[in-house]
This record gives sequence, C-alpha cells and structure tokens, in this order.
Amino acid sequence: MAEQAAVIGIGQTRYSSKRGDVSIAGLVREAAQAALTDAELTWADIDAVVLGKAPDMFEGVIMPECYLVDALGGHGKPMLRVHTAGSVGGSTAVVAASHVQSGTFQRVLAVTFEKQSESNAMWALSNPQPFSVHLNAGAGGYFAPIIREYIRRSGAPADVGIKVAVKDRRQGARNPLSHLQLPDITEEEVAQSMMLWDPIRFLEACPSSDGACAMVIASEALSKVAPRKPAWIRGAAMRSEPTMYAGRDEVDPRAGRDCAADVYAQAGVTDPRRDLDCAEVYVPFSWYEPMWLENLGFADTGQGWKLTLEGATALDGGDIPWNCSGGVLSSNPIGASGMIRFAEAARQVRGDAGDHQVEGARLALGHAYGGGAQFFAMWIVGTEK
Amino acid sequence: MNPVAVVAYSQSECRADAGAMNEVEMIMPQLQAVYEQVGIDNAQDVDFVCSGSCDYLQGAAFAFVAGVDALGAVPPICESHVEMDAAWALYEAILKIRAGHAQSALIYGFGKSSPGELPTVLSQQLDPYYLAPLWVDSIALAALQARLMLDSGAISERDMAAVVSRARRSARNNPAAQFAGDATIEEVLSEPYYLSPLRRSDCCPVSDGASAMIICTVDQARAWGCPYALITGIDHRIETHHLTLRDLCDSSSTRQAAQTAGAGEGHIDTAELYAPFSHQEIILRRSLSLPSDCIVNPSGGVLAGNLMMASGLSRVGEVFRRIVAGDSTRGLAHATSGPCLQHNLVAVLEAA
Repeated sequence: MAEQAAVIGIGQTRYSSKRGDVSIAGLVREAAQAALTDAELTWADIDAVVLGKAPDMFEGVIMPECYLVDALGGHGKPMLRVHTAGSVGGSTAVVAASHVQSGTFQRVLAVTFEKQSESNAMWALSNPQPFSVHLNAGAGGYFAPIIREYIRRSGAPADVGIKVAVKDRRQGARNPLSHLQLPDITEEEVAQSMMLWDPIRFLEACPSSDGACAMVIASEALSKVAPRKPAWIRGAAMRSEPTMYAGRDEVDPRAGRDCAADVYAQAGVTDPRRDLDCAEVYVPFSWYEPMWLENLGFADTGQGWKLTLEGATALDGGDIPWNCSGGVLSSNPIGASGMIRFAEAARQVRGDAGDHQVEGARLALGHAYGGGAQFFAMWIVGTEK
Repeated sequence: MNPVAVVAYSQSECRADAGAMNEVEMIMPQLQAVYEQVGIDNAQDVDFVCSGSCDYLQGAAFAFVAGVDALGAVPPICESHVEMDAAWALYEAILKIRAGHAQSALIYGFGKSSPGELPTVLSQQLDPYYLAPLWVDSIALAALQARLMLDSGAISERDMAAVVSRARRSARNNPAAQFAGDATIEEVLSEPYYLSPLRRSDCCPVSDGASAMIICTVDQARAWGCPYALITGIDHRIETHHLTLRDLCDSSSTRQAAQTAGAGEGHIDTAELYAPFSHQEIILRRSLSLPSDCIVNPSGGVLAGNLMMASGLSRVGEVFRRIVAGDSTRGLAHATSGPCLQHNLVAVLEAA
C-alpha cells in the first residue's frame, strides 16, 4: 500500500508580466533552487524530477524536459513531463507524490512553469483545427457563457464577481510574490473596468504571468528529519471527463464533484467548510469562486455566492478563507498556477505563509482545473500524517 | 518491485498517411482491441488511464483532450497524460499500481505525424535560444551521430545496412509494418545517401497510428483469467541536453535504466529497441550488453514503422506478445525520447 509522503521544500519565483532577466531555464532553476534551499538539500539529494507545464505551443518548445534537464539537475535521473491542460500544476504534484507513495523514490523534485511573455496563449488556444468548429475566444470567451448560466440558475446578484476580484487582489497584496499588487483596489474600480466577455470584466480576469513553482516531496522517513515542518499529503486525486457529452453540466461538472469526494474520503473530510482551515482553489475568473464553492461542497447548489457575500471566504474574518495568497486572479503563470495552489496550501499548514497566513491552519485544500472545466486535480495537506 | 502484469496490447497498422482519419478514430480500434483481450467493456472497468501524445504533431494545444473522447469518460475517470511517448505513461501507471492507488490501468499513445514535417517539427525540441533557431532537424542530428560512430571506427556502413536488412526481413511477420521485405545488405548499401552517412532506409519512416495496453496487479490478471506477462523492472533516465557533453557513441542513460530495471539479473532472450536510426540500434545493443543469441526487434522495430508517441509503448507490447506466445521467457523493451537517444526507458518482462 501507499507510503506516506510530505512536502518538505517549496520554492516560487516572484510572478510578473515579464521576467526578461531570465531564460526559461533560468526561471525554472530559480524556483527549483529555492525549493532545495527551503528543504536544506542539494541537487544530488534528488532522485527524480517531474516537470509540468501547459501546452508546449505556448512557448514553442516541444517536450521541454529535453532542454530543461540541465537547469533542473536531471542528468542521469528519471524525468517525467506531465501535461493535463490547466490542471497540470496540480497533476504534476499528484504524479510527483505517487513517485514517493509507490516506494520507488525517496525525494522527488516537482517543477512547473509558464513564461507567458515568451508565449502567445491566445494564439495557441485559437488556431483552427480540421474537422472542428473554430473557436477564437481564448479561455475567457469559453467560460463566460458558463458563468452566465450559473448566474441565471442561482439568481446571484451581479456584484458577486466584483467582490471576489477585490478580495483576492487585496489578499494578493499581502503576498510579496504576487504579480498584481493592488492593496487599494475598490469594487468601483472593478465595476468600471472594461467588460471583456460579459459578465467578466478586465479586473475580474486573471493576469498573464511569468513564473515557476517547485516542491520537494519526500518519503515519511526523510520528511520526519526534514528541517522544516512537513506538510503531509493526506489525499490526492484526479478526474477527467470529456469536453462535451449529452447531459454534461458545465456549471457544476461531475468530474469536480467526484474528485472532491475522492480526496475528502482519503483525508477524512466530511464537511469541507468545517473540516478544512483554508483552501487554495483555481479561480481564474472571479465568478468561479461561488461556482467552485458549490462544486467542492462548501455550499449547497445555488448557495455558493452567499458565502462570498458574507465574507466567509475572506482571510480577514472568514471561517473558510479561500485563496489567501491572492490566487490565480493575482498571479497566473498557467502551467504553474495549479501547483502554486497546492504549494500555498502546504505553506498554510507549515505555518509559513507570512502575511497571508491563516492562524493555526492544520488542514488545507489545493485545487486545480483545466480544459473546458473537465480536468481536475486536488490534494489535501495537513500538519499531521 | 512487485511485478505488474501486462494483460493486453494492440497496435494499429503503421500508415504513411492516415488521410482524413482523426486521432480519436485512430485510438478507438486499439482501445476496443485491448478491452476485448481482457473481456471488459470500456475504460470504466479499469482504475486509471494514462496517455502519451504530442500537441505539435496535431498542431493544437491540448491535442490530448480529444483523446479523452475515445474513452467514454462518463462518468468521469481517473486519468492523466504525459507529453511523452506512452511508454512513460506506462511508467506513471505502474507507479499508481505500486502505490496501491490502482489495481489496473489502461495506457495508450497516438500520433498523426503525416500532416507536418516531422524532422523539422522535432527541431523545436532543442534549446529555444541557441539551437532551435538553427532548425537542425532530427535526421541531421542523427547523421552527425552516425558520422561520429563511423569516424571512430565503432561501426561500418555495412553494420548499419545489416540492421536495416534484418529489420526489413523481421517485419515480414508483422502485419502492422509499413516497410517489410527482403532487402539484402548489398541492396541497402547500393542506395544513395539521403543525408550522409544515412540512407533513407537507415531512417525510420513517418507513420500515423496508435497503440494501447492494459496492465494490472497479478491478482487482477488472475481474476480476469487472461494470459499475461510480468513487468519485473522498469526505469528511465535522461541525459544532458548538450550534445557535446554526451558520448554520442554510447547510451549511458540506457545502461543506467537497464541496471535499475534488473536487466542483468537473468538471460535476455528478446529485445525490442526503439532505435529510429539503424546506427542507434547498435549503440543500444552495446550499451545494454545484449547477449549474442538475443533476438533483437523481431517485430522489425521502428525502422518498419514509427508511431511517434506510441512506438515506445509498442516495444513493451511486442515483448509481451512474444512472451505470451511462448516465444520468449525473459525480454527487454526500450523506449527513447529526444535527439540522439537523450532520454531512455527500459522495462524487463518475464513469463508468468
């Protein structure tokens, strides 16, 4: 059966629209080195490397593990490249964990990145395909109708998304790594920002960021002797469903519900709002907070927006803070965005999240999704095994 | 490691051009074939699914998403994907089984390389700042490697031609092969150079197609009651990207992977090696120290047909087939990725 595994090192770059001072290799190296330093390890201590990023077409480097092997100290080691669309940051952590849980490796380095300044995501997502309907809309255009359907079904007031946008940016301003630093952002500013894809305004959308995130995941024996408090992986799960099928609920995808049920069962969570201390959830467009509150079982169907309006998901005064780090709305290096959620959940239970720490956090959820809201990866980390 | 059982394998024909057939249409017959071998209905009957593909072959970000359509993933399934040959998807699935997170797994790989210019596409696998802008293609790099081998006296062109001749003859027994025939060494040597010192037949063809496999715990294999072979060891290693820092006449990563996979712990009677160029088969045979009586690439190998993103998985599948047929008791399968054999995987399979 599975070995125990824990996060013993976390490294992130700062996130910004353009890291012109480093190459792609320099970017991933920076995060990986930071994770090793955090774990007080050297490159030689790593048994295997797991790399994740969103599509190769973003930066135009095919199978970039071939090129990044040197920057990540991979020569002579196993190196695996995960690609599961936007959920890849989370999936990479899950796959890295299974390297250790299988008993095959003692210490694994998991690294994810995106260098959007050297990329053109809009182009990569929109090039025409034979035999397929051409979609020249990017992610915002894809998700906007789904959000409108959520609003129609739930009767949520129009300002819910605005409130999420403000909350996540203010929380992000307490995270020095955040791309967007908007400590004084107001609801009025968000409301007046340009409408991109109704109902998603400019300030309700995630930025395009350069950045990388890395973690060292280790076996039970090595985690116990690690210099910092380990974040024990209490559960990890992935689920996929097709982009389209008869009866598919795109607002409340079953793959998300099933994935959550799986990871909760592993971690012994029966009521996520009560049992978890905080969550880092992939919210690239503001309205996805209330939608995922319902999909993940923090609220009943149609009720998620009430938690947002009550302030339940706020770091200050909320009983279940979401995205204390600022979330995807504050930093979005696509391929790394999922892993940042997983790593920030781990930081919370390690108690080292700085100004965005949830006091006494003991159990936290990391969540990522991708494709047409059809690929899900989640884990729950805790202070105890 | 606890052995993992291979219970089913199927590969499509290697076709130079699959025409209007899309990826899902290439994958589905292979999935149906492996379901039938095991006696299950669909992907809902396994615990985990993992695939290997490359967006750049299709020219679409998230090309693998379409692959999910082939699975019937309703209700949702536990599924993952590597942007690598499906041999690495197999590796990920084995980790899942070893961890006890799954008892069974479906693995598939697919590639439709014909619409693009594959060697040129693969040039974009290189360092994006210093090498990719030169558009050095995969054949040119392999030719440089072959030239190094020839100049150092490690091989002769005749040795290369012998690899081709044997591959073509072996492929006569492989109905999925794109190239098969009776080419003698002299006939191969009489071909003009394509990219000196490589002749066309030293290079694997560009092929469209897919392959699929089902693996499981030994208990599950017994429960399903189908013939199986055991993967007793598997490992993979990557080498530096800097070609000038590697000994291109050797494959240290293959040797390392074989050692960890336990290849040397018994006699290897059969080997399926992913050698896209004839001289690379010789490098691999030497790096693996295969015994002289070992049958290498009885399927014809990838010189008979090269399904990008699936050929590595197919090597494992071909060894499985021979073990189940009783033609082999202990075989080795190899997969490669990257320019000039940069990244290599070795699996050891044994009769149950």
